[in-house]
Amino acid sequence: MRKLALNDEILLSVDKPVRYIGNEVNSVIKDREKVDIRYAMCFPDLYEIGMSHLGIQILYDMFNSFPDVWCERAYSPWKDLAEILKERNIPLFALESQDPLKDFDFIGITLQYEMCYTNVIQILDLSGIPYYSKDRKEDDPIIICGGPCTYNPEPIADIFDIVYIGEGETRYRELFDLYRECRNKGMRREEFLHKASKLSGLYVPSMYRTEYEEEGLPLIKSFEPIYEDVPRTVKREVVMELSDTYYPSKPLVPFMKITQDRVVLEIMRGCIRGCRFCQAGMIYRPLRERSVDVLKKYAKAMLESTGQEEISLSSLSSSDYSGLKELVDFLIEYAGKKKLNISLPSLRVDAFSLDVMSRIQDVKKSSVTFAPEAGSQRMRDVINKGLKEEDILEGCRQAFLGGWTRIKLYFMLGLPTETEEDIKMIATLSDKIARLYYDLIPKEERKGRVQIVASSSFFVPKPFTPFQWAAMDTTESYLEKAHTVNSAMKEQLNSKSIKYNWHAADVSVLEGVFARGDRRLSKVLISAYENGACFDAWTESFSEEPWKKAFLENDISPDFYVHRERSTDEILPWDFIDISVTKEFLKREWENAGKEKVTPNCRMQCSGCGARSLKGGICYEQKDQDQIL
Amino acid sequence: MSKKIRIRFSKEGCMKFIGHLEVMHFFQQLIRRSDIPICYSSGMSPHQIMSFALPLSTGLESRGEYVDIETEEDVFIRSKDALKALNSNSVEGIEILSYKELPEGCENAMASVKAADYSIRIREGYEPEADIVKYFEEMMKKESIIVIKKTKKSEKETDIRPFIHEHRVREEGGRPCFELRLSCGSVDNTKPELVFKALYSMMGEELNEYALLIRREEMYTTADNDFVSLDMIGRVTE
Repeated sequence: MRKLALNDEILLSVDKPVRYIGNEVNSVIKDREKVDIRYAMCFPDLYEIGMSHLGIQILYDMFNSFPDVWCERAYSPWKDLAEILKERNIPLFALESQDPLKDFDFIGITLQYEMCYTNVIQILDLSGIPYYSKDRKEDDPIIICGGPCTYNPEPIADIFDIVYIGEGETRYRELFDLYRECRNKGMRREEFLHKASKLSGLYVPSMYRTEYEEEGLPLIKSFEPIYEDVPRTVKREVVMELSDTYYPSKPLVPFMKITQDRVVLEIMRGCIRGCRFCQAGMIYRPLRERSVDVLKKYAKAMLESTGQEEISLSSLSSSDYSGLKELVDFLIEYAGKKKLNISLPSLRVDAFSLDVMSRIQDVKKSSVTFAPEAGSQRMRDVINKGLKEEDILEGCRQAFLGGWTRIKLYFMLGLPTETEEDIKMIATLSDKIARLYYDLIPKEERKGRVQIVASSSFFVPKPFTPFQWAAMDTTESYLEKAHTVNSAMKEQLNSKSIKYNWHAADVSVLEGVFARGDRRLSKVLISAYENGACFDAWTESFSEEPWKKAFLENDISPDFYVHRERSTDEILPWDFIDISVTKEFLKREWENAGKEKVTPNCRMQCSGCGARSLKGGICYEQKDQDQIL
Repeated sequence: MSKKIRIRFSKEGCMKFIGHLEVMHFFQQLIRRSDIPICYSSGMSPHQIMSFALPLSTGLESRGEYVDIETEEDVFIRSKDALKALNSNSVEGIEILSYKELPEGCENAMASVKAADYSIRIREGYEPEADIVKYFEEMMKKESIIVIKKTKKSEKETDIRPFIHEHRVREEGGRPCFELRLSCGSVDNTKPELVFKALYSMMGEELNEYALLIRREEMYTTADNDFVSLDMIGRVTE
């Protein structure tokens, strides 16, 4: 049997020891002596969060299909264990071999949200690895990251040796080969990193230098590679043939109940909608679908190899998947036979989706969700949310007739150009839906009140969106707005049928700072960790104090990064990344937002975003067909 | 009609750290992976018909765990094949030891379990000062062993001596290994920790919560005033 890194006394004294033992179904054990490269895949949050992540499942399976590579996993230990590890000097370990992370060749950390950055520092701290890339020695692992946060890697640039930009399926094999070659030739760490910076999609921060304006605002003056042979721009990696690419047929099955305890079928990447606040809608362009036949095959294989009782479809907007009906019919039939559950998030509410939902779940217990994002039509036009009030009301009408009585509504506050009028309309829209219910369903058929749950989050401008230049609201203004909505809700006729929630604001501002920050923030991050910040994504463990102190200690103003509108001429920290969607398009969209002008979705008309240069997507395929005809 | 099946399994090594709910979840998935034709309850959210004999506390190992399931009447599986399928889909630390069909009208494991065998060793580094074997034998000679049993509502004095059915000490690599057969069930449930708490208090020492390495070896029901292993009730299908 494997020897565990922690003894019984420790495991029995911490909460949920099952997080730290590995041994899950479909986890991979290889012979240490027979592999060349050891890779530790880390998710800088708790096991139950990290195990729910699809990207890791894909890469874990793919890396382990390489005979010379052993990929293992590690997650952030919860505070109780972290304290014990520090106190007793036990190094953080990987779940499979239980070996210390420090002994690995690579530590790959996925960055899914900015508020996990202090957990990244904790992983390095508990592993005894220097925080700064420049301080690492020859025998330290290569620290690499990937994930959506890497579309602005500058706030963590001093920490990572390599940043992988784009989809992970494409370049790792080349990177591993390069690593092995450099090691066999006895090359130094820096030489390897220099060579790695020339691989497509890989950004090596230490190969670039940033200069800042000395007068006025501390804007970026220049961003240059330090060697001539290092590329000036880094292109995002994209998989164009999604049906042929790697997908795990044997995903890991955790023992403990995790956040997403089901098999996940990724049906497509990219989105045709172009909402102006949405980063995912821009950075994953163009739309690429997996074929229905391939998906059917994977669904069966994954359910058989895991024994999971639920399957879920994953995409940014499943209703836009062209084979949805065929796939859903197949799954419903298969699930009925095998007594499985199906969950279908991100479906647009319409006759089709309501019919499907009534077939797969108990209408009485479920709710119907809309994300209008804004209360007024004007505001929805500004953010290019192609959803009209009529559509929402029609969807609700059908839902009420179908027996649903619970409606969830998601909104954002703090959007560009927002007025008091706009936000009060959140309350009027909620009330209109309630009125619709009472008008539509006769008293004798009602089962109690209709329940409308409206919630609003704080808009955070993200890189590579048309709103990347926008000013973010202050905490005070956001809370004031939430209170305005709340009082407006109370004035509504059906206020008793409506519940309104709003999210915390202080964390969102910090998220805003790191979303659009620059290299100077790496030291703030380390100070914040040293001041006690960790698990910032967890409301109960977030505290503003360590952060306030960290900004002061480093003489950096967080306001500079969030509360000013940027000029479109300004050098943005992420300008060196080429995501294929052009800056010109984003500028055009930023202007259109100001003019409240709606841009049609990709299926209606091509708006020339630039992603077509990747030779894929709806506009490209249509053009292709036109030529054939 | 359906067939009742009894499965015996072990829980060892790092698997001792997974809790009872996790064991249940693991078996639901294991049964699916192994394509065992289990029966489901009817209703909107059908679940597998499955019941476990007696939950094992986290941290304890076992070679004698039991779960009863119901399988479809018209599908015949040989015990040998079921074992092969289940074990090839299981993980290190959970081994399926038997798969037997129960006679009709047989009580399920949960209802019929009356006693369990445990072996208890002292973890290295936690050895007591006193001669524990001597005290153990002395204690077992007594007519009554009074302990304080805590329930959610109250604390009450109980005599656990009648619930200790067998006891033995043997030597294992120069260290004592204690073997106990203890009552279990809703009224007279006796955990090995409780017996050792009484023993340590006789020795005048504090029992550290990590001092004992406990392993459940077997579970029993009663028939004709005798203990019968839960494994002896069913028959191997061939």
